[in-house]
Amino acid sequence: MERVHNISFEKNKMGMTAKNRIASAILTAFFTVLGIVVVFPFVTAVLASFRPGQELIRYGLSIKLDFSEMTFNNYKYLFTGEHSYFVWFKNSMVLTVISVVLTLIICYFVAYGLSMYDYKLKNLLFFLVIATMMVPFEILMLPLYQEMIDLKLINTTAGVILPGLCGASTIFFFRQYMIGLPRELLDAGRIDGATEFGICIRIMLPITKPAFAAMAILSGMGAWNSMLWPLLVYRDADKFTLPIGLNTLLTPYGNNYDLLIAGSCFAILPIFILFLCFQSYFIDGMTAGAVKG
Amino acid sequence: MEKLKKLLYSQKAAPYILVLPFILSFAFFWIYPLFSTVKMSFQSILPGEVEWIGLKNYSKLLKDTAFHTAIRNSFEYMIWTLVLLIPFPMIYACFMDSRLVKLKGLYKALLYLPALTSVVVAGTIFRLMFSEMEGSQMNQFISWFGLEPIKWLKVKSTSYFALLTIACWRWTGVNMLYFLAGLKNIDSGLYESAEIDGANGLKKFIYITMPLLKPTTIYVLTISVYAGLAMFLESFMLWNGNSSPNNIGLTIVGYLYRRGIEKNQLGYASAVGLVLLVIALSINVIQLFMNGTFKKEGK
Repeated sequence: MERVHNISFEKNKMGMTAKNRIASAILTAFFTVLGIVVVFPFVTAVLASFRPGQELIRYGLSIKLDFSEMTFNNYKYLFTGEHSYFVWFKNSMVLTVISVVLTLIICYFVAYGLSMYDYKLKNLLFFLVIATMMVPFEILMLPLYQEMIDLKLINTTAGVILPGLCGASTIFFFRQYMIGLPRELLDAGRIDGATEFGICIRIMLPITKPAFAAMAILSGMGAWNSMLWPLLVYRDADKFTLPIGLNTLLTPYGNNYDLLIAGSCFAILPIFILFLCFQSYFIDGMTAGAVKG
Repeated sequence: MEKLKKLLYSQKAAPYILVLPFILSFAFFWIYPLFSTVKMSFQSILPGEVEWIGLKNYSKLLKDTAFHTAIRNSFEYMIWTLVLLIPFPMIYACFMDSRLVKLKGLYKALLYLPALTSVVVAGTIFRLMFSEMEGSQMNQFISWFGLEPIKWLKVKSTSYFALLTIACWRWTGVNMLYFLAGLKNIDSGLYESAEIDGANGLKKFIYITMPLLKPTTIYVLTISVYAGLAMFLESFMLWNGNSSPNNIGLTIVGYLYRRGIEKNQLGYASAVGLVLLVIALSINVIQLFMNGTFKKEGK
């Protein structure tokens, strides 16, 4: 049986080579075209960032390539001009770092509690984690906004970060990762006299590192790009994050558009660099839910 | 004291201590706001003056034409995203999974790139691309086919084209990766035996790939329904704020934002939110039911 299978497979393979080569060329061409279409908006945005912002107001993003008019003025203005861009940039950085660190630590502990022990309420609690995913955030944003006003957390970074700390998808990802880890390690640790929390931190945390990396990237991207909730919570212009700040530039006054286009390109840069370095973590973190959930 | 410490460190208490942050967050940032939005939806809320008005907010919604427009817009957008963002990424994933494609890593990375951008940056880029000026990219593009410049964002059909272009640009790559992950779980032996039985590519796709991708498809469908119905920022960016001509870009969440934040009518806006919640949940339940998810769990 095995041999028959192999022979027919070989024959198939040999007969198909010419056809395969054509198919391969077509598929590769297909993805090349798709890739170009996808990258195109980035390219035009980057090109436009080297042209006067007035042109954007007058013509919109144009395909025309006129290299003689290329100027670095937008970037010169971005780095030396008088505007709040780098205040926003710093605010976004601070918000991203704080929220990633806290989210990861808390979600790790919660997921650990949901995967490493057997107890009565475990399934109910996990069900509640899933349930929170079933209600779109947009529905809770008004009452949460009210709550933040009542708690005097409006216009504070704590107000932006707190509601999202126990992100259901982050807990879910950590849990999926941890139920695959051997529980014998816990018993081994107990025999060695470690406390429950000692085991959690010293034994299990190091072997969960890949999950941390994937979640750090994903929640970092979320925090860096988040717009709606920070837009509601922050009131003072000196607290704005990049997305909110850039959004305020969408009015055709002064040299707003110079800053807008150069600033938009510069805002993508940190994430692009991270993506180039840690590509697989982006993809792991994102697809884990789909495969197992 | 010693006893308490021992209890806290015991194997029985440990999991509860570990999940405590979630329980707190669940209570304060989920249950509480959910209940308060339900409560507010039966109230008329003015500064310092809260009045119970029963179902009046809801009966007002029934007659509110702007709200009907918002619902229609959100539904149309959601359905179009389902049509565009499920079959195509699935097919692309099958192509990508074939041994014949070279430089897979590069193409995957390229298609994923748009997902890295924030709605603000993506919205800005596309707003300028779809500018009504004669020199804008899209107008130049259609001029190659001899068409006159269009005011893209002033008319519903062309502005939906713009909205859906953004959606496709940002999510095609992501959905393709979901499907690719799903394809990895399919036993390649199935394809080999199908080949021996003489099945061609299309047959293999219909009889093996599609049924076995069902869990992934359900996942993508669920998140797409939610994301589609809750779309707001894309239209917020395209029209630079929440006011589009004749409300062509108004979505349910956009209306919630307009009433709740811009006009400070928290009660009425809560009613809008709850209608959205009921719609989203019922679509989800119907969809999961039709796909037999509950049956499987019952076993």
